[in-house]
Amino acid sequence: MTQRVEVAVIGAGPGGLSAAAHAAELGLGHVLLEGSPAHANTIQRYQKGKHVMAEPSVLPLRSPVPFAAGTRETILGHWQQALGRHRVNVRYGAEVTAISGRKPDFSITLSSGEVLTATHVILAIGVQGNPRRLGVPGEDLPCVQYTLDDPEEYRGEAIVVIGAGDAAIENALALARGNRVFIVNRGDEFTRVKEGNLNAILKAIDQDRLQCFYRASPAGIETGSDDGRPFTLVLNTDQGEARVPCDRVIARIGAIPPRRFVESCGIAFPGPDPAALPVLSEQYESSVPGLYVIGALGGYPLIKQAMNQGYEVVEYLLGRSIEPADHPLLAARFAALPFGLDVNATLRLMQQRIPLFREVNSLVFRELILGSEVRVPAPGEVVFRRNDYTNTFFTLVNGSVEVELPGADGTPGQRIRLGTGEFFGEMSLLSGRRRSATVYAGADCVLVESPRREINKLLNSVEAARQVIDQYFIVRAIQSTFAPDAPVEELRAIAAGAQLHRYRPDEVLFREGDPADSLHLVRSGSVAVSRQLGGREVVTSYVAAGNYVGEMGLIGRTRRSATVKATVATETVSLDAASFDRLLAGNPRLREQVQASVRGRLAANADMAAQPGAGDLISFFIRQGLGEATDVLLIDESLCVGCDNCEKACAETHDGTSRLDREAGPSFAFVHVPTSCRHCEDPHCMKDCPPDAIMRAPNGEVYIRDSCIGCGNCERNCPYGVIQMAAPPPEKPGLWSWMLFGAGPGPGEDPDAVHDPAAAKKAVKCDMCKDVAGGPACVRACPTGAAIRISPEQFAELAGSQPRTLR
Amino acid sequence: MRGALHQSVLAYRGMRYLWWALVLAFAAILAYAWHDPPNPPSGNSWLGYTLGTIGAVLILWLVAYGVRKRSYGSRLGKVQGWLSAHVYLGSALLLVVTLHTGFQFGWNVHTLAYALMCVVIASGFLGTWFYLRFPARMSELRAGASRDLLLGEIADLDQKALRLAREMPAEFQELAASNRDRTVLGGSARALLTGADRSRIVLPASGGAAGSGQKPVANHDQRAILDWLGDRLSRNTDGELGVRIQDLMTLVAARRTLLKRLREDLRLQAWLEVWLYCHVPVAFGLLAALVAHVFSVFVYW
Repeated sequence: MTQRVEVAVIGAGPGGLSAAAHAAELGLGHVLLEGSPAHANTIQRYQKGKHVMAEPSVLPLRSPVPFAAGTRETILGHWQQALGRHRVNVRYGAEVTAISGRKPDFSITLSSGEVLTATHVILAIGVQGNPRRLGVPGEDLPCVQYTLDDPEEYRGEAIVVIGAGDAAIENALALARGNRVFIVNRGDEFTRVKEGNLNAILKAIDQDRLQCFYRASPAGIETGSDDGRPFTLVLNTDQGEARVPCDRVIARIGAIPPRRFVESCGIAFPGPDPAALPVLSEQYESSVPGLYVIGALGGYPLIKQAMNQGYEVVEYLLGRSIEPADHPLLAARFAALPFGLDVNATLRLMQQRIPLFREVNSLVFRELILGSEVRVPAPGEVVFRRNDYTNTFFTLVNGSVEVELPGADGTPGQRIRLGTGEFFGEMSLLSGRRRSATVYAGADCVLVESPRREINKLLNSVEAARQVIDQYFIVRAIQSTFAPDAPVEELRAIAAGAQLHRYRPDEVLFREGDPADSLHLVRSGSVAVSRQLGGREVVTSYVAAGNYVGEMGLIGRTRRSATVKATVATETVSLDAASFDRLLAGNPRLREQVQASVRGRLAANADMAAQPGAGDLISFFIRQGLGEATDVLLIDESLCVGCDNCEKACAETHDGTSRLDREAGPSFAFVHVPTSCRHCEDPHCMKDCPPDAIMRAPNGEVYIRDSCIGCGNCERNCPYGVIQMAAPPPEKPGLWSWMLFGAGPGPGEDPDAVHDPAAAKKAVKCDMCKDVAGGPACVRACPTGAAIRISPEQFAELAGSQPRTLR
Repeated sequence: MRGALHQSVLAYRGMRYLWWALVLAFAAILAYAWHDPPNPPSGNSWLGYTLGTIGAVLILWLVAYGVRKRSYGSRLGKVQGWLSAHVYLGSALLLVVTLHTGFQFGWNVHTLAYALMCVVIASGFLGTWFYLRFPARMSELRAGASRDLLLGEIADLDQKALRLAREMPAEFQELAASNRDRTVLGGSARALLTGADRSRIVLPASGGAAGSGQKPVANHDQRAILDWLGDRLSRNTDGELGVRIQDLMTLVAARRTLLKRLREDLRLQAWLEVWLYCHVPVAFGLLAALVAHVFSVFVYW
């Protein structure tokens, strides 16, 4: 006999808990199914005592389950109590393997084979996915685990870590400090791992700190062993079967993303992009009637959002209509608008007026507006200036704006008027580079200013919107680079022949000697130009986003004179020879301009050929990932006396924690690249910030706002290791007390500072001293002039000024 | 000529403060040459008082560099500019104050202040020279690596040597372990500044007996261990062991090179810091002597 419930909630995370508790509160027949042995699996896996924040702070909480910022233990405790208080019917270890049917007849199959039936199903399983299991006999033995909370818990054990990814390596290295550790790698090397992890694991293997089985896979786990350990892991290797006595097996072989499971339930996605969100109604209902999706899986990564949705979704499935918790927020946001409409009518009006958003699901649109600013600028007000570093995206809900393009000689050029329903700001959004034009508000202007993250979320889900934006980008890129005075209609015809290309790091755009048939406008990322000189490849220049390459061959109709390679993930727009000729025909001045650029590049090539060391320095910069930097701290080792005044200045001006490590980092030919933020044009740290706390200021600084929840995603995502999690140290005595009486540890970061254990750790990084008058403190405090900050455009200049390297 | 991106303290802003210092020095010399006091030249004339006041103000300003260097929120120019001016104007101070004395010296607090000033300026010259010379040399010594990385490389070589020795007779294991344990880097201030190698090693007793009873001997530049290995190799008859001894010698030789580089790097770093232990305390002594000098001049006027 199968159990039948009104509401089945799957996943006991914040959203699921809230939904189940509300269902229980209303007396609905319900069940809360959780695959793991405890509630809130993701938060259970946080480290002990971790401070969990409750962003966005303006959003009110609407849930029978309490939630406020606090430690992991407090929050988990409160939720546990709420489960009891509301008599929630929760079943742990109940992993759901299939959902079939539709309202009111859903069948839910558990891994035990049991089948439940339900009228409504709420899917709140998050995006972490289930860890991939070993799939060998003995995988259910108690020695097998798929996570590692605290490596310090284990001492003197024999532990086998299975997997060759970053997680496996990090676990193995941490455990190797106090245990005998084996790592099992299916392949014969470690690929696709961070360079730091790769070096560390190879070194550890080389030094016998742990043992690696290459080309090996688990065949089974048995109890008992030859040497007294409780278990034996059997491995298949090239040399036959290997038996490893052990206490514990930790499998880190990745997670199965929930997408396939979600699709197997019949839920539709708008496209194949892995970042796409399922199609949902305003009431969180998926394409399967009666099957609702809430929380991170639906695109809402924050705890509070998920909990509110848990409450709302139960109301909706009962057919009640309640305003979402964010309603007052939107009402306040729309208060200044001249339309005189209520929240929902305003949203509908906006969506209807802006063609780009017309096809967007209304729930996604609501979220976009919630994450955006609504601005009503006065006529003539500057919306943004050319060369600002901001990367928000604007849509015109009402009125008009004037876009002032730069003229051929840098003076203000043509002004283009954009009307209601049009958009702008996509150039910086897509390239991460500075604004290419200045925009002035026109009459009755109402703008929606959306952060990059919100728009990217939208573009990942709505393919049509992405295509529209890409096409506009091409037209406007051609216009601003080649033909500022050409009418847009003419350019549109030319842009039809343009193509968008995406390149992986080190992928070649074209090679020396290839026929020259197109020109590439670098839209994002950067490329290195190199030539064969004296039998070896010498980098002759570096081209940042916003510039073009390949014009030389195009003008002379010859073969490529150099090889061009992407230094980082790069996107270009290519123009074929015919389109380019049409451009040239319409613009006599353009020919001169391009010819001047060709002459400049030839001269630069000749210079570089005469200074082979300079090319080596540029290659070094590119190897260090400086190709994606916008502003980087470099130290001239021939001037640096190692006084660390730069670090002290950083700590003193930034809450006592230095955001740069002078000594760490590589050097080449007297140029040292310290561990310090490069303010990447497309910052890796911004990619997965749940409260969207990482911002880019108009001058290019990438900085972290106070709304940081301390999750550590940015620290992990930064490939350059320049973000750290830190709490401010206690107050120190002042400078004079130290100088005159020796009180306190003196200027700079105090290595012995005792931190308040209750203080929340947040992500800290270089903000280029945007709030410090006078500019970056590290550079201003350097007594010898060794520290400078430069942009990639200055690399060649710097390379040319390194005479000692050229002897 | 260096490019405009990285400029040394002396070249800062086209040597702007050198010109300031030269103007000050020439003005002082001209005034001194032109001035015809009733008595022999001394501090006790209007020019003497003027030069003395300029000197005292300069000294206060030069000492204030220490405060500016640590005032990280200050908007008063870059520290590099301050240091550039500190070097050039501090040099001009020597001339201004010497003219202020009118070359009248004696065993008194006035000459004490002058002498202390000379010590401070001389140590400053030395420091400037170190600052200009040593960093480039240290960068070459480290060859793109950091100090920690070099230490890590030495630890790696030690690991390799120990692992190799495990396949050799016990005396080699003791030798490699002793070499690792008794190698000294740095140590006392004197050892740092001279770059002396006080490493020692316990050499196994000849004849292959375990060397636990042996006394440690000096192992300067890994000489003792290399000699011992060389000697052992020359008497060796076992082909396989011979190859291993040669491998071990290669590892030790690589270790020697690294140790030498690191020791020299540490030596230069020590010199970069040690002159300040003269410059700063004597500057405070100078301040005290200056107060006594000014006070006594006005009391005995």
